[in-house]
Amino acid sequence: MSYTWNWAVFAQDTSMGDGSTYGAWMLAGLKMTVTVSLSAWVLALALGCLVGVLRTVPSKGWRGVATAYVEVLRNIPLLVQLFIWYFIVPELLPKAWGDAIKQMPPDVQQMGAAIVCLGLFTSARVSEQVRAGIQSLPIGQTRAALALGLTLPQAYRLVLLPMAFRLVVPPLTSEFLNIFKNSAVCSTIGLMELAAQGRQLVDYTAQPYEAFIAVTLMYMLINVVVMGLMWLVERKVRVPGYMGQ
Amino acid sequence: MAYEFDWSSIPGALPFLLEGLGVSLKITVTALVVGMVWGTVLAVMRLSPIAPLRWFAAGYVNLFRAVPLVMVLLWFFLVIPQLLTQWLGLSPATDVRLTSALIGFALFESAYYAEIVRAGIQSVPKGQMAAATALGLSRGQAMRLVILPQALRNMVPLLLTQAIVLFQDTSLVYVSALADFFGAAYKVGDRDGRLVEMLLFAGAVYFVLCFSLSRLVQRLQARSAAHAAAL
Repeated sequence: MSYTWNWAVFAQDTSMGDGSTYGAWMLAGLKMTVTVSLSAWVLALALGCLVGVLRTVPSKGWRGVATAYVEVLRNIPLLVQLFIWYFIVPELLPKAWGDAIKQMPPDVQQMGAAIVCLGLFTSARVSEQVRAGIQSLPIGQTRAALALGLTLPQAYRLVLLPMAFRLVVPPLTSEFLNIFKNSAVCSTIGLMELAAQGRQLVDYTAQPYEAFIAVTLMYMLINVVVMGLMWLVERKVRVPGYMGQ
Repeated sequence: MAYEFDWSSIPGALPFLLEGLGVSLKITVTALVVGMVWGTVLAVMRLSPIAPLRWFAAGYVNLFRAVPLVMVLLWFFLVIPQLLTQWLGLSPATDVRLTSALIGFALFESAYYAEIVRAGIQSVPKGQMAAATALGLSRGQAMRLVILPQALRNMVPLLLTQAIVLFQDTSLVYVSALADFFGAAYKVGDRDGRLVEMLLFAGAVYFVLCFSLSRLVQRLQARSAAHAAAL
């Protein structure tokens, strides 16, 4: 069986009546992947910093809550978490809320579940890096800050975090890359991101190799762009006198 | 609370779920073993003085690490069945989804293990290689007898952590409708209209397994740290 290559397939009309080409489907998928991943990343950074700080505070209760949060999100597969957010949370919420969610358009529901799921999943990993960053600072910094009369929140805000955030940037690069790759899992709940558009193209055009090669190249492009961006950020925030890079 | 839980479909489904868990473990173990061996080869290639070997290994690792696992699995479900039918003359109707998943996971994980092994090798002090070659060992011998045994010991916690991640990732064979543990749970839940209970149950099982394993890894790590400190 020989395969007939046809790269012109991307310029072909989808015959959906709206004049869009298969190439436009791919770009729509790319846009969805980037939108969902970036939104989830904002959520992951905010929650991750909060939980990472909580894991280092003196209060045992807060530390316990933060540890439980991280362990639950790290020990359940992403796919299971996604299905729980998409299929189960609307059932378990108070009936009025659940019904309100179910009446939204399907693509809004999918995007919402995808962003919340990816954001929380990644926040557990971000918090581990933030915690490691804070713990890598000499304990004397906390003590000196407290001895100078700063309150604990002030010590975090003015002494520990400004330093920890700069140290944490290099390890966050790989988490940022992961969130784009993990977003491909959301194709399983019907979110029309890059991987899903690729599969749809296979169904419509029977040109699987062109579709999959295009999707793979787009993921590699995302990778290169993210690495370039993070390289710039890393250069900007690097702490003089520290090893590395 | 609006939702009425009904867990009654779980006991009857246990044999089917266990079978699914078997599939998940089979994929995990295969990918782990192949990934370790092929990953070590890739890592050694990546640190080799021969440039084309270095390029090949770097290209392989970077390619697999840039692409989502879901995409890699889709590729293998597309390509492997065609290759198998062409090379082995299997009839196209043969179910090769499990084989495709095994190969896909093994090749994908190798890229990640290669990076862990490379870091492990680089964590061994340079003097070890110098001393080994000064004693008359060849580079290959030095790698095999001196560097790798030490590197592997340093890597054990990371390798096990990656194994836990791998076990969780096997749930992604869902994209090929293969009945691994998660796939089995989903099917039963869908059939009985008890998706909520089955998905929560699946999540709980994954949590208990992965959490206990990661605790074990932590204890191992603490023990080897104490061992290193005693030296």
